[in-house]
Amino acid sequence: MTTIQPNDGDYKNLRSQDRPAEPSADLFVPQPLDATAREELAAPAPTFWKEAMERLFKNKGAVVSLVLLIILGAMALIGPSMNEFTYREQHIPHSNLPPKVAGLEWLGFDGKDVNGVDQYAQRGVETNYWFGTDEFGRDLWTRVWKGTQISLFIALVAAFLDLVIGVIYGGISAYYGGRIDNVMQRIIEILTGIPNLIVIILFILILEPGIRSIILAMIITGWVGMARVVRGQMLQLKGQEFVLASRTLGASDSRLMRKHLLPNVMGPIIVTVMFTIPTAIFFEAFLSFIGLGLQAPLASLGVLIEDGYDAIRSFPYKLLIPAVVISLVMICFNLLADGLRDALDPKMRK
Amino acid sequence: MTHELKEQHTTNAGQDDLLVVSDLKKHFRLNRKTVLKAVDGISFSIKKGETLGLVGESGCGKSTVGRTLTRIYEPTDGEIHFDGLKLKGRLDGKTKKRINRDVQMIFQDPYSSLNPRMTVSEIISEGLVIHNPNMSQKDREKRVHELLQLVGLNKNHAGRYPHEFSGGQRQRIGIARALAVEPKFIVADEPIAALDVSIQAQIVNLLKELQEERGLTYLFIAHDLSMVKYISDRIAVMYLGKIVELATSEELYEKPLHPYTQALLSAIPLPDPEKERTREQIILSGDVPSPTDIPSGCRFRTRCPFAMDSCAAIDPEFREVEPGHSVACHLYDEEIMAKEGKELKTV
Repeated sequence: MTTIQPNDGDYKNLRSQDRPAEPSADLFVPQPLDATAREELAAPAPTFWKEAMERLFKNKGAVVSLVLLIILGAMALIGPSMNEFTYREQHIPHSNLPPKVAGLEWLGFDGKDVNGVDQYAQRGVETNYWFGTDEFGRDLWTRVWKGTQISLFIALVAAFLDLVIGVIYGGISAYYGGRIDNVMQRIIEILTGIPNLIVIILFILILEPGIRSIILAMIITGWVGMARVVRGQMLQLKGQEFVLASRTLGASDSRLMRKHLLPNVMGPIIVTVMFTIPTAIFFEAFLSFIGLGLQAPLASLGVLIEDGYDAIRSFPYKLLIPAVVISLVMICFNLLADGLRDALDPKMRK
Repeated sequence: MTHELKEQHTTNAGQDDLLVVSDLKKHFRLNRKTVLKAVDGISFSIKKGETLGLVGESGCGKSTVGRTLTRIYEPTDGEIHFDGLKLKGRLDGKTKKRINRDVQMIFQDPYSSLNPRMTVSEIISEGLVIHNPNMSQKDREKRVHELLQLVGLNKNHAGRYPHEFSGGQRQRIGIARALAVEPKFIVADEPIAALDVSIQAQIVNLLKELQEERGLTYLFIAHDLSMVKYISDRIAVMYLGKIVELATSEELYEKPLHPYTQALLSAIPLPDPEKERTREQIILSGDVPSPTDIPSGCRFRTRCPFAMDSCAAIDPEFREVEPGHSVACHLYDEEIMAKEGKELKTV
C-alpha cells in the first residue's frame, strides 16, 4: 500500500505563489488579553425578578389582562361614586329601567326593553341609568361596581390569608420534617377529606352571613393548596447542596428560611396566589348564587347575577352585565397567572 | 514537589492528628423495621496538612461520612476527635460554632450548590455574615474580592449571579465560600465528579495549591481512582459502610490487598491501547447488597471470588498487616487461614 505524502518542498512551492510577503513583525501586533476590561464592559447582571418581568411583558395575553385588571380595579374603586346614586338607594318609580347611555344607543344602551319600547320615554324618566335599574329602582352601574369591589375584596383577603397560613404551615411541615411533617400532613388530609362545601355551608349557618363569615369559610380549607405547594417546593430545596452549605456554615433556621428557602419558592407562591384569587371570586359568586352569600342591600357580583337570573327573560341586562364583569375578572386573573407562571419558571413552558 | 510533600507526611507519622474518627456509625431509620446502615463503624485518622482519599462505589456511604463530619448529620454512634475537641453526641453552641468555622465542605454538584437567587458576593460572604456579624460592609467586600482572586476568579464577578458561570467557575465559587471562614479541614465531596476532564485537573490543582499555601487538611471523597491517587497522600477504600483497606496511595495502587480494592483498581482503563487490550479486569458478580440488609460476617463475601466458610461467620477485623497498610480481610489473617486449611496470602 502506498501512502501519499505531500513533499515538504512541493508544498512550499505551491503555496509560495499565492502567499503574500513574509509576515513582518508589525503586520500583526498581538493585543494583550485583559480579562478585567472584558468583565468591566459587560452589562450588570439582570436580577431574577427583572428578567421575569421582562418575560411577563413579552406575553401579550398577560399584559392585556394586567391592563384590564387595573381598569376593572380602578372602576371598582371609583365606579360607585361616578354618579349621584348609592348602591342601596331605592327609587321605586324608576324600577326595571333598561340601560341607557347618551351616545351609545347603537350599542344597545338605548333604554328600550325586550319588546322594543323605550321605557325612559314612556315613563318620562329624565336621568339616564347607564346599566339600568333593578326591581327596586336601584342604579345597576353603582351596584355592579360596588359588587366588583366587594368580590375583589373578599378574593384578595381570602387569597392573602391563604398565603400566610399556607406558607407558614407548609414551611414548618417541610422544614422540620419527620414526625411533625407526618402529623401536619395527616391533618391536611382530613381537612381535604371533608367536602368543603359542607364545611362552608355549616360555617355560614353558624356565623351570621356577611363578608367576614364568607372569608372565614373560604380560608378554613382554602390554605391547604398553598400549604401543599410550599411543602413540595421546600422539600425539594431542603436537600439542595446550597442549603447544606449554608448549614455547614452554621446558618440559623430563620436565616435558612429567609435567605435560601423563601426566595426560591417565591415564584410558585405568587403563581398559586394568582390562581387562588379567581377561584375565590368564583366561589363567592357561587355561594351568593345559592343564597348563602351577602345579605341585601349589599351587592357582590354573585348576588347581582342571582338577582338577574330570576328575571332573565324580561330583563336580560340584569344578568348580562355582572356576568360579563365577573367573566372578565376571572379570565384576566387566569391569563395573568399563566403568564406569571411562564415568566417565573421558564423551564415549565413547553 | 508533591513527592516531597508526601515523603514528609509519611516520615512525620508521630505528628499530631487533626482528626481522629473511631467507630463512627450513621444509621438512618427508614421505618419501624428497617434501618439503613449507611456508615457502620469506621475508624481513621487524618494528619494536619494531609489529604485522605475516600473511594468506593455509589451508595457505599462515602458522602454520609463527609456529611457526618461536617455535622449536617448527627452521628448515631462513635467518637470524633477534631483538633483537641471531643465531639460526641449533641454539641453545645460554642463547640458547634467552632466546628462550623473549622470544618467546611465543597460539594459535588456546582449547579445546585449555589443559591440561584444570591449574588456571588452574597454567597461567599455568608460565612462572614454568620461568624463575624460586626465586620463592616467594606471589609467584607474586600475579603470577598481577595477570595475571588485566590480561587482564580475576577473581583468583577462579585455582583453576578451563579447562572452566569460555567461549572468550573461555579466550583471555584464554592471553594471560595468554604475558604471564607478560614477552615482547617475541608471535606471535598466529589468536587470534580460533575466537571469536564480538563476542568477537573484545574480544580484539583487549585485544591492542591490552596493546601500548600494554607496548610489545609482534606478528606477527598471521589470515585475517580486516578484523580484520587493524584491528590491523596493516603487512600481509604469503603465498601457498604465500612473501610476495607487503608494505605498510602502508592502502596494501595501497587499492592492492593483486599479483593475489592483489586477489583476496583482493575477497572481503571489504561492510557496505552496495547496494554489496555491485555488488561485483566476482575469482574465482580452481582450487585452491592442493600445497606438495609447487610450480609453476615464479611460484607463483601457475596461478591468475593475468594469467599470461604469463615467469611460468612466472622466479620474480618480491620488490622494493620504492614506498617501503614491496613486491611479487613481473612485472607491475611493467620488464624482464620489455618482453620480453613488454606495458605496464608502473603503481603
